[in-house]
Amino acid sequence: MRKRLLATFAFTAAFTAVAAVTAVPGLMSAAAQAADPIKVGAIVSATGPASFLGDPEKKVLELYADRINKAGGVDGRPLQLTVYDDGGAADKAASFTKRLIESDGVDVIVGGTTTAATMAAVPLVERAGVPFISLAGAVVIVEPVKKWVFKTPHTDRMAAEKVMEDMRKRGLTKLALLSEDSGFGKSGREQTVAVAKERGIELVADETYGAKDTDVTAQLTKIKNNASAQAVLVFGLGQGPAVVTKNYRQLGIALPLYQSHGVASKEYIRLAGGAAEGVRLPAAGLVVAAQLADSDPQKKVVTDFTKVYEDSFNTEVSTFAGHAYDGLMIALDAVKRAGGTDKAKLRDAIEQTKGYVGTGGTVTMSAKDHMGLTLDAFHMVEVRQGDWALVK
Amino acid sequence: MFAELLQYLLSGLTIGAIYALAGLGFSIIYNASHVINFAQGEFIMIGGMASATLTASGVPLPLAILIGCGGAMLVGVLVAKFAVERARNASTVTLIIITIGASIFLRGVAELVWGKDFKRLDAFSGETPIQILGASMQPQSLWVVGTAGVLIVAIGLFFAKTLTGKAILATSHNRLAAQLVGIDVKRVVLASFALSAALGAVGGAVVAPITFSYTEMGIMLGLKGFTAAVLGGLGHGPGAVAGGLIVGIAEALGAGYISSAYKDAVAFVIILAVLLFMPNGLFGKRGTERV
Repeated sequence: MRKRLLATFAFTAAFTAVAAVTAVPGLMSAAAQAADPIKVGAIVSATGPASFLGDPEKKVLELYADRINKAGGVDGRPLQLTVYDDGGAADKAASFTKRLIESDGVDVIVGGTTTAATMAAVPLVERAGVPFISLAGAVVIVEPVKKWVFKTPHTDRMAAEKVMEDMRKRGLTKLALLSEDSGFGKSGREQTVAVAKERGIELVADETYGAKDTDVTAQLTKIKNNASAQAVLVFGLGQGPAVVTKNYRQLGIALPLYQSHGVASKEYIRLAGGAAEGVRLPAAGLVVAAQLADSDPQKKVVTDFTKVYEDSFNTEVSTFAGHAYDGLMIALDAVKRAGGTDKAKLRDAIEQTKGYVGTGGTVTMSAKDHMGLTLDAFHMVEVRQGDWALVK
Repeated sequence: MFAELLQYLLSGLTIGAIYALAGLGFSIIYNASHVINFAQGEFIMIGGMASATLTASGVPLPLAILIGCGGAMLVGVLVAKFAVERARNASTVTLIIITIGASIFLRGVAELVWGKDFKRLDAFSGETPIQILGASMQPQSLWVVGTAGVLIVAIGLFFAKTLTGKAILATSHNRLAAQLVGIDVKRVVLASFALSAALGAVGGAVVAPITFSYTEMGIMLGLKGFTAAVLGGLGHGPGAVAGGLIVGIAEALGAGYISSAYKDAVAFVIILAVLLFMPNGLFGKRGTERV
């Protein structure tokens, strides 16, 4: 009995000692900075099938949290960033959101790389009342408006609108659609169908392809033989659109080819090679940073961000990295205006974001619009000589 | 109308040739060891990734393919030695699960070595499409079909004419008897893994310009290859080749005439039908259970 008591005592003592030793430096540094940290939580898909989106997002969040802390934090308060990797699985995104809210006690959450991950987190943040800025594309995230949910990227709906606006300019009214059978492609297809109806564009073909398909000539042959098609729009991510582009040239289809904003990275041009020449797509200002007019308010933001990103990671900047940057900056800007991290005030401040110039465009949110981007945020670009060129 | 059909057939033939190579790899290993090796797709991936990354860093293409092949063979032997051989007496299902585990492991390692992005390999002889009676194909398709053809003939000769080939065949017919006449069965298993790995790696290198290479390229190719092997009758080499071509052409026709949404379903409907109505495949011998 006595022995056991002793053992318990020794264990407790040892434990306390360890706890004290590990806790003290933390306490000291906190004391040195003399303020509570602003706790930012993030869930991104840094690994798994969406890693090409989530990996740059994670890197950017960590890079900027570090830079901000070195520069003295926000209003004298340091930033404490907690990033979890959901591996592209929506159920994991939900449990990490729970952990961020319940055990990490974060003030604001940035993330949800994919629409699926975001939608899994939405009910949790709505219930707990934590401001949440998503990095995913689909329009369902902010339509209908959810009290605590915001997003930074352009929607697939805007992409469809931009493409059809460009078609109208060229006097084309009959569109053949080829969409990927992934979440992104399916949502893009739905939006394209809806927008086409509104804008009086006739959809004359509606084909799909698998995200991992290595040959799409069968679908394209059908489109080629469709006499009424005047332009083709491809809605997909990753290597699929590059395969489509190569097959498109192989079959010698002469119609103008549009892609979605999902391929707005140099990787697409690299993969598709010469076949990408002449392809048009809507893209954020970040992609054509160097070509923006000096009078463009985005010019400075995007060139600075590109420089910081490319100097730090030695790879080309991606629009997805930009979405994470915008998410973090909008949150911190709101912290400043709210004068602290009271969640309700912070939420209101995010909703009142006005004229924030980010990598995605100029953001002005309202109670009805939790994204705040207009069609002007997209630039129509064309591939010319292996690079993007602005379509005037 | 005819041009359309021809286009579908050409597309089907190209993709079918890839499936045929993958299917042949399944058959060779199944023959020697009665293991269905679900890491076959990863051998394809290793070939594709190695040739794409090595040529990008300045290695001449033939050498890059050879290195990729060598690497894949080494990996194949390691998988056989450390994963399959150790579970020699386990049930078929256990062995299948082991190879699935090996494939996941290989994908993970590949992601660490080569990263997650897509790699591009230039087409071997340009990208100017070849026009045939109103249909068109990429020159690389000829490389794929040609390479598949040469490899298939070479494998046929290997089994018919060489001692090692005959030893593998003997092992597939009766493992115990083969052992009794002095064939080193363990080495036969290792050789069959190395052979399928080399086959897969060459396949990966010739398809990379069409499909791009990335660490997950082997998953779907492996599954379709398996479909091809089952359709032709597991363990039947020429059957796997025919199976691959049939699956490829059926997919292209399905996408063209029915709906592209069901393209992948075509392959899996075929495999279900085969398993239900002729479990030994088109060319497989009817199995006899001796009591």
